[in-house]
Amino acid sequence: MTARLAEADGVTRRFGTFTAVSEVSMSVEGGEIVGLIGANGAGKTTLIRMLLGLLPASEGRVALFGQLPSRETRRRLGYVPQSLGLYADLTITENLGFIANAFGTDPPADLPEELSDVRGRLVGDIGLGLQRQLAFVAALAHETSLLVLDEPTSGVDPLARSRLWDTIHDQADGGVGVLVTTHYMQEADQCDRLVIMVAGEVAAAGTVREIIGGRTAVQVDTDSWEQAFNALSEAQMPVALSGRSVRVPDTPADEVESVLRQARLSTRVTTVPSTLDETLITLGRAATAPT
Amino acid sequence: MSFGLTGVTVRFGSTVALDDVTFTCPVGVVSAVVGGDGAGKTTLLGCLTGMIQPTSGQVDRPDKRLLGAMPSTSGTWHDLTVDENIDFVAKAYGMHGAELSRKRDQLLAKTGLERARSRLAGQLSGGMRQKLGFLLAILHDPTLLILDEPTTGVDPVSRVELWRLISEAAAAGAAVAMATTYLDEAERASTVLVLDAGHTLASGTSDEVLRSLPGAISVAERPHDPRRAWRRGRLYHEWRPDGTASGEQTDAADLEDVVIAEMLQRREQRGATPA
Repeated sequence: MTARLAEADGVTRRFGTFTAVSEVSMSVEGGEIVGLIGANGAGKTTLIRMLLGLLPASEGRVALFGQLPSRETRRRLGYVPQSLGLYADLTITENLGFIANAFGTDPPADLPEELSDVRGRLVGDIGLGLQRQLAFVAALAHETSLLVLDEPTSGVDPLARSRLWDTIHDQADGGVGVLVTTHYMQEADQCDRLVIMVAGEVAAAGTVREIIGGRTAVQVDTDSWEQAFNALSEAQMPVALSGRSVRVPDTPADEVESVLRQARLSTRVTTVPSTLDETLITLGRAATAPT
Repeated sequence: MSFGLTGVTVRFGSTVALDDVTFTCPVGVVSAVVGGDGAGKTTLLGCLTGMIQPTSGQVDRPDKRLLGAMPSTSGTWHDLTVDENIDFVAKAYGMHGAELSRKRDQLLAKTGLERARSRLAGQLSGGMRQKLGFLLAILHDPTLLILDEPTTGVDPVSRVELWRLISEAAAAGAAVAMATTYLDEAERASTVLVLDAGHTLASGTSDEVLRSLPGAISVAERPHDPRRAWRRGRLYHEWRPDGTASGEQTDAADLEDVVIAEMLQRREQRGATPA
């Protein structure tokens, strides 16, 4: 059996009367990439902070490497927060030296060429893409078993983003467990497994395919998409534009056709599998709908 | 009718921020400009708003009263309430009375901000603040709507809502120009311009950009040349400039793949070893 590197078992966290995380159970094993997805305020960061030992749980059990989070477990953990955790007024070399010192290790001997070329410059003076790359190098400089990444590629160009994901996959191939949050569905596709949080609870978990399941959307193709869009929008349908097509998730095709007929529009209507984005909207609406 | 840039070059000192770039924004559709940090997206949008004067080339834009712009920082005033933000912008455009009151109610309902009218903009969530920024940009029914990364850092649910608002503005007849770093988002736009360090990598409809790549993208468990390959989940996608041999899997290439490949190609042409 693969060792569970991080585990939450029925974890709840309350702030006063507000329940930020409610009875969440999830885990990350060695060699897998788990994506944590959800709206702002869904409880992702609170859950990560509990898993890292930065915040105690109100109820339930959190384990990191099979024990309670501690300074010892921190040594085996690589964490890249959204804010990157770098010192803008230190150079690249000084940042790596400082972080290595905190972990009681040596700074990495080899740097990627792009970073090595500018190692004497202040971190505040290099571009965001290089800063993200440096934060990764820093997080991986000590022996890491679990990598936790909070929106790792925000604002980075597609090539730099693909290189950061290559690094993430290389780590997972080497047995490291990865927990990553992202708002972007193309990145969610890079993960082996997803945990979807809605309003503090796990709304769905599994592979992208499992989460989408049999959900469908209706795609409307027409020469006059503006009119189709407006007609469906006026009928209170959750319509969205995709290129010159109009998509309506979570709605039966005959209802869509009926609206378009009434608007006297000539259209081609097809039922297609939902995207992950559209599935998230459906899950979000189901969780917040009055019962 | 359309707006946009034709053969525009912008130099800041010795830095070429845009190099002979053409970007067309027809009315009634969304036109996207894509690139990372420093690609030139904001400079391009700055030319459209008139904030930046190009070194050479032509810019077509409507009268400034028919322009609506939302900066990447949302363009809201954090220490004003939602209603005060609207009042402030309305005054700048000379809107008042019944016209303003109708417009205000309509847009607050559309953006789901009705119940946040007296909250300070600085206390709104990121998604709500972006929606307020969008509301301020379209308050006066602009003909050209310019949006700088309206969805960056916004959660998936708010992002879909923003996309719906953006689509509605285009459907109502505005020319929409928007910048984004994400290609799955750009795929929703009618046309895409891909910038890399101020240089045009590709432009056209998604399909045209997909077809513009020389060679092919292969999909395999092991790459032929790791410098030209990148991971997509457990598999490698790889740019094969000379095409693929028969029997190799080549499907599943999307805009993301093509843009990565074109960035690699540009670096190779410039003599740099692939990163």
